[in-house]
Amino acid sequence: MTPLLSVEGVSKFYGSRIGCKDVSFDLFPGEVMGIVGESGSGKSTLLNCLAGHLVPDQGTVGFDTRTDGLRDTVTMSEPERRMLSRTDWAFVHQHARDGLRMNVSAGGNVGERLMAVGARHYGDIRAQATDWLGRVEISADRIDDRPSAFSGGMQQRLQIARNLVTGPRLVFMDEPTGGLDVSVQARLLDLLRGLVREMGLSAIIVTHDLAVVRLLADRLMVMKDGHVVETGLTDQVLDDPQHGYTQLLVSSVLQV
Amino acid sequence: MKMSDYNFAYLDEQTKRMIRRAILKGLAIPGYQVPFASREMPMPYGWGTGGVQVSAAVMVPEDTLKVIDQGADDTTNAVSIRRFFEKTAGVAVTEHTDQANVIQTRHRIPEQDLTEGQILVYQVPIPEPLRFLEPSEVETRKMHSLEEYGLMHVKLYEDIAQHGAIATAYAYPVRVEGRYVMDPSPIPKFDNPKLTMAGIQLFGAGREQRIYALPPYTDVVSLDFEDFPFEASKADHACGLCGAIDSYLDELIVDDQGARMFMCSDTDYCAGRQEETAA
Repeated sequence: MTPLLSVEGVSKFYGSRIGCKDVSFDLFPGEVMGIVGESGSGKSTLLNCLAGHLVPDQGTVGFDTRTDGLRDTVTMSEPERRMLSRTDWAFVHQHARDGLRMNVSAGGNVGERLMAVGARHYGDIRAQATDWLGRVEISADRIDDRPSAFSGGMQQRLQIARNLVTGPRLVFMDEPTGGLDVSVQARLLDLLRGLVREMGLSAIIVTHDLAVVRLLADRLMVMKDGHVVETGLTDQVLDDPQHGYTQLLVSSVLQV
Repeated sequence: MKMSDYNFAYLDEQTKRMIRRAILKGLAIPGYQVPFASREMPMPYGWGTGGVQVSAAVMVPEDTLKVIDQGADDTTNAVSIRRFFEKTAGVAVTEHTDQANVIQTRHRIPEQDLTEGQILVYQVPIPEPLRFLEPSEVETRKMHSLEEYGLMHVKLYEDIAQHGAIATAYAYPVRVEGRYVMDPSPIPKFDNPKLTMAGIQLFGAGREQRIYALPPYTDVVSLDFEDFPFEASKADHACGLCGAIDSYLDELIVDDQGARMFMCSDTDYCAGRQEETAA
């Protein structure tokens, strides 16, 4: 089976400081991988390198494109990479306002990706937008409201709808539940889990919340100071942590 | 100050060469915004500093100049720019579209079709069609270079979602030769079909320091949706002065009781038709 994403020795330095160093892994279709670690451990740097927002200093990020098979997205031309990020990739930001156009209605936000890949029929675009708002549990009569009139949880769900409307194969999520209260988090996680299973998405989820990866991720990668210190199946890593830092991380979770 | 104290058409020759180079590049890449070193002109930004510089750069002493503002030859902006060139270039001026070689315009295309050899110079306030959707200049340039124009349709989508139709009535975005998306300056969308014409069209934005151009017979398509096609709309009336039903109309309130009157915005076109009727 060919991996959807094949990461080889990716390193990113900020001057002499390490962002992330020598990260390698394969992600297979339909698989969800979690990256956990404390603040400043290089999770987001790694994610941005994978999603093409940052250029890694070393290493390759191979993506199994629909037309040409495995291609290195680091050396790929910019138009191709941007095309990928509009079609086969999705990026869910921690703060919904980074991923949304706040002065464009919810329908326009969802429709933007469709129009970016050439949809030119208003009725079809609107129908798809309505359908997707329904899937993320936003009622259809809010379609012409701006995201600024939405609650934080709704904004985050809108951002997810906007990203998934073109049927991507790989979703990057940077702390998708950060800043939401626990009941809203739970609903969002439920929704995400449903969508991931239903659409057969592959996803990379960066988070510091172990509960999120327990629910969503098949595999786990633990990062500390820019290095990967432990990898394995989620339950295995969380239930039987080997590395000292992972043990600390798991034992730091507050029990209610 | 004596007339001879000015160089021909106010700008010095080096500046005119610089502007001509930008114009030539613009003509070579229709719809592409060419940056140029816009000069301070003896008028405020927003009064047509870009158009004036372009006009000055293309003008020769034998030219006849016409200046219109919203279609009219007799409004403040038109009169002052016309007098500016009478004074600094000593060129002949006219109010007749067919007698002019260079026509500088603000917000309209003359009703009468332009012929080969005529140059239409537009005053452009904001040359970037994507500006109000994407504030970053770096990003908009990248979008132009990679032909990522989906965002332009988001604006039209918003129009339909809010108003039930594409409500953008002026500065209606167009696609030039299937490549660049261009802001045709704030002309009414009624004028958009006329952008494919026999004359040369030059667009000058002084404050924003951009020049762009359309060579004769360039293919210019107004953006739209399949189920909401572009419509060149105008007020559904006839001109109250000349009776024209095919020209773009201004609405005027003519007394204290709020009586309204529609009349051609192109004063030369209207006057010509009235003369014909009288004769």
